[in-house]
Amino acid sequence: MIADNANDPIEALTFDLHGETFALEAGLVREVLDLLPETAVPGAPPFVGAVINFRGRVIPLVDLRVAFELDAPPPTIDSRIVVIEHPLDGEPTLIGLRADKVHEVTAIDRAVTEDAPRVGLKWRADFIRFLARRNGDVIVIPDLEQIFAARGQTAVVTPLHPSQS
Amino acid sequence: MSGQDPVAIFRIEARDLLEQVELDLLTLAERQDDRETIDAVFRSLHTLKGSGAMFGFDALAAFTHHCETAFDRVRKGEVAASPALISAVLAARDHMRALAEGEPTEPGVEEALLDDLRRAVDGAGAAPVSTPPSAKTWRVRFSLPPETFVNGGRPLPLLDELRDLGPCEVTAVTDGVPAVEDLNPTDCRLAWDVVVTTEQPRSAIEDVFIFVIDDMTLDITEVVDEPAAQAVAEVVPDAKVAAIEPPKAANSDAPPAEGRPRVAEMLRVPAERLDELMDRVGELVIAQSRLKQVAASSSDQNLMTVSEQIEQLASELREIMMVVRMVPVGQLFGRFRRLIHDLAIETGKTINFATDGETTELDKTIIERLADPLVHLIRNAADHGLETPEQRKASGKPETGHILLAARQSGAEVVITITDDGRGVDRARVRAKAEENGLIQPGQVLTDNELLQLIFAPGFSTATAVTNLSGRGVGMDVVKKTIEGLRGAIEITSTPGQGSVVSLRIPLTLAIIDGLLVRVGASRYVIPLSSVEECVELPVEQDLRSAGRSLVTLRDQLVPFIRLRQMFNTGQEPDPHQKIVVVSTGQERVGLVVDQILGDHQTVIKPLSPFHAAVGAFSGATILGDGGVALILDIGCLVAAGQRPDAQLRAAG
Repeated sequence: MIADNANDPIEALTFDLHGETFALEAGLVREVLDLLPETAVPGAPPFVGAVINFRGRVIPLVDLRVAFELDAPPPTIDSRIVVIEHPLDGEPTLIGLRADKVHEVTAIDRAVTEDAPRVGLKWRADFIRFLARRNGDVIVIPDLEQIFAARGQTAVVTPLHPSQS
Repeated sequence: MSGQDPVAIFRIEARDLLEQVELDLLTLAERQDDRETIDAVFRSLHTLKGSGAMFGFDALAAFTHHCETAFDRVRKGEVAASPALISAVLAARDHMRALAEGEPTEPGVEEALLDDLRRAVDGAGAAPVSTPPSAKTWRVRFSLPPETFVNGGRPLPLLDELRDLGPCEVTAVTDGVPAVEDLNPTDCRLAWDVVVTTEQPRSAIEDVFIFVIDDMTLDITEVVDEPAAQAVAEVVPDAKVAAIEPPKAANSDAPPAEGRPRVAEMLRVPAERLDELMDRVGELVIAQSRLKQVAASSSDQNLMTVSEQIEQLASELREIMMVVRMVPVGQLFGRFRRLIHDLAIETGKTINFATDGETTELDKTIIERLADPLVHLIRNAADHGLETPEQRKASGKPETGHILLAARQSGAEVVITITDDGRGVDRARVRAKAEENGLIQPGQVLTDNELLQLIFAPGFSTATAVTNLSGRGVGMDVVKKTIEGLRGAIEITSTPGQGSVVSLRIPLTLAIIDGLLVRVGASRYVIPLSSVEECVELPVEQDLRSAGRSLVTLRDQLVPFIRLRQMFNTGQEPDPHQKIVVVSTGQERVGLVVDQILGDHQTVIKPLSPFHAAVGAFSGATILGDGGVALILDIGCLVAAGQRPDAQLRAAG
């Protein structure tokens, strides 16, 4: 699903997670919702601690902040849920992602992107597809495949391809 | 339906026909001279051949032709339906299936099968050469519906088949053909007038048209005392034809419309459409319960009336929907006769297989998911359960082993039992094996039932000799998982030397259940009503004294209970009067302590994502009237959790 189509810019939805800017390919995004009542799933890890009713379907609510070891401040008026469709165990699944704030859809030029550095990063490197520079800031494009496969666990258990370059 | 690929439709039809052929053949194996079954096999093969040719499955049609011919001879009593013949046709049937499905077939297979068939036919012998001398002349007039060509129909094979019956004169009747300017070349406007002289009965002519009979017009009359040629000489003028035909027509066999039993009209619908419809009904039920809430909080009389009406309609719709998805288990049971047939050959045991309650109905999805577990259980029964004929003889039993597969409905569940009269479960071996695998402590005291339940533990297999059939390590635990995945339960009872009974309790449907809505802390949960035994108040003194043990006495029985509040970490002050909902799976009972019982709730089950598969305590989720989500408790899992500390207590004390 990685759009390695040469140097085409990536249309991406950008959003904030505790001060960091993340981006997802716009094609994945189904809808951006205001917060709605959540149902906690007792015993589930904080990464997917709850489910929500999305148009008559019960979908998991994923907190990417757990995967990136970011603090989770209490929800604000800007908090949103980004609903994406992503394969999970081979089945296309609707998944809600928490976001502290959702920005616009922008084009990210492949020229300004680079792979995650091996050092100097506190996050699991395989959770990051690549980083993009924008106005002196850095946008993180997460590797959802890896994150979901690891169920958001930051301790490296069994990465799918450990030496991602 | 018209938009569907005709080839796909043919494949479905072929599958059904071949399934029927298999069943009929297996019936024939038991009752060799059952005329009706012989006719049924012949008709099925004939239809298959005809439809196959029409849809371009020429190889299939050609191959089927040989089997049909063989059965035609059986039908005429020239050849007996010997076991060899039936085996040969069964094998041929598998080949036909491969041809129909478009699977690649090995060269030479066909020849070998046909050789077998030929040998079987010749071997069956007893072919009295007395050809019935009464060759009769029939006048057959028929026309096909105009859209025949569009639907892929071809009249030529029909004429060819008529010609196969005997000397034949064919005339095309062009009366129906419009003037050229009005002519649509894709319409079939021709009719045919055929005079055929054959030794075969009238039904043979009817059989030619068997798969197009519904839409066509067909008129068969016997031409008495008129040489065929003469009849043909005066073909077209209708008045004359009528004159030639004596009123004898009324005397001859009943006209086809009456001769064929009229079955209630059936409609073939793709299963996904039913699933979609089911989803919509589910959402309707949710919307309706929301409406009910809105209506209840308003004083508008009209709104309340409408709400009640819609509630009524929604619940009727739901019931109809469930019935629509129901199919008789006979469909499923039928497949196992072949399995037993093969098993008997492989194991060298004589097995009598009987089924009961085939008309019991279950949701289609469930039936499909039951197939594999049942195959496993039946294999187990045949392979491990039944003894060899010598062993049986030695223990004074009849040499033939019996396996009974039965289904019956009991409330909102269907109970399927697999009964064998074999050696029964060897307790000593089960115990030894369980100790070896560390499932139980050596010398641990177990009730007979607990001991038997060990069979379902993961990694358990008592077969000392691993055979081709069963005992490959993936055993009863997989079966149990599948059954529990269907919200069902599995139990085994066994008497040494007399056999075992495995019972599966399966809910009628997967999509909607009746549930008990409860509140624990701030969250609401659904408990499947079918597993609820009773609701009692948790006595205050019990509640306070709970430190050491979580057991409550119910009618002189100790029932362990689980505080869902603790288990779910709600972290709030419990309500002063807590309730215990006693649930059970099979014989195990456990109490669930909840804060409040909110009442019953018709629940549309929504699956949880794979993210929550590991959580275990929940089997799904549902959407409540107010749009909130309630999780559905997985009773099997909770009961297991409740039994564990209890078992430890008992072992310790």
